[in-house]
Amino acid sequence: MTHDHDHTEPPSDLELRVKALESLLIEKGLVNPETLNAIIDTYEHKVGPRNGAHVVAKAWTDPEFKIALLNDATEAVASLGYCGRQGEHLKVVENTNDVHNLVVCTLCSCYPWTVLGLPPTWYKSAPYRSRAVREPRCVLEEFGTRLDSTVKLKVWDSTSEMRYLVLPQQPAGTENWSEERLQPLVSRNSMIGVELAHLSDDSNEPQS
Amino acid sequence: MPKNKQRINAPHPFQPRDDEGPIFKEPWEAQAFSLVIALHEKGIFSWQEWADVLSEEIRLAQSHGDDDLGNTYYQHWLKALEKITITKNLSAKDELIERKRKWHSAYINTPHGKPIELSAADSKP
Repeated sequence: MTHDHDHTEPPSDLELRVKALESLLIEKGLVNPETLNAIIDTYEHKVGPRNGAHVVAKAWTDPEFKIALLNDATEAVASLGYCGRQGEHLKVVENTNDVHNLVVCTLCSCYPWTVLGLPPTWYKSAPYRSRAVREPRCVLEEFGTRLDSTVKLKVWDSTSEMRYLVLPQQPAGTENWSEERLQPLVSRNSMIGVELAHLSDDSNEPQS
Repeated sequence: MPKNKQRINAPHPFQPRDDEGPIFKEPWEAQAFSLVIALHEKGIFSWQEWADVLSEEIRLAQSHGDDDLGNTYYQHWLKALEKITITKNLSAKDELIERKRKWHSAYINTPHGKPIELSAADSKP
C-alpha cells in the first residue's frame, strides 16, 4: 500500500487542545495572534538569562547600582528596562563569604522570568522543589557546588508576588574586569543559587 | 570543573543537557504559555489567580500518580488554562471539545502538505 496523501495526520491530543483554545480565544477577540508570537519570541529568544547576567555584572562593577539593587530590586531592574509582566516584586539576595542563597518555588514554579527567561525543567520538578528545602546541601553537591560547612545556607521560596534572584559572588581575579567581560561568567544556575559564578576555561581567551 | 559537568546535569536524568537549557520542548508548550500571559495582560485574571489554578492542577496530577518531574509541566499548564477559560466564561467545555473535534477533522480532510484550515473540518474531500 502506498502512503496515503489525501489527508494530513492529526497532531497529538495536546496540540489539538491548544489549537482549540487558541482559535476560540482569538475569534472571541480575547487574544491577538501577534501578541502571542511576540510573547513567545521574547521569552524564548530575547530574555534568556542574559538580562539577569547584565544586572549581576552591573552590580559587581557599579557599587551605587548594587546598593539600589539590594534595596529595591524591582525598581533597580526596571531602571535597566526590565519590567515584570506579572506585577510581581523582585528581591535580590547577595551571596557573601558567610551566606549562600538558593531559590526555589515549592508550590509550583514561580520564577523571575523578566531577568532569567523561562525556567529549566529541573526547576519545575517536584524533586527539586521539595529537596531544595529539605536537603539543600545535597542538591548543591549534585550541581557540583560544595560549600564550606561554615557557610550559612538560606533557601528562598518564591511566590506569585515575590521572586528572588541570587547575586553571586564575583569570581576572584576579575576585580578589574569590565561589565561586558564579566557578563558571560554569570550563568543562569548561579542566579538560582545552585552554582557559583566562576571563570570558565575559555574566559581568558581573546574574544573573536 | 569539567569533571563536574556530568553531575551538573544530574539532579534528574532528563534534565536538559545544555547549561542554559531548552525552553520549550514542543511548539504547543510555547503556545499554551503565551495564551496565559496574553490573557493575564488583558486583565482577565490576576497572576495570583493563575498561580492558584496551576498549583491546584499540579497537586491533582501528583495525587493521580504523576511523578511531576518537570517534563509534564506544560500538560498541567494546559489543563489549568482550560479550567480557567471555563471558570472565567471565556469558553465552555462543550465548545472546547467541539472545536478540538473540528481541528481533528480538518487535518483528516486536508491533503498532505496543504495548510490546515478549520473550514476543512466539515467538508468531505
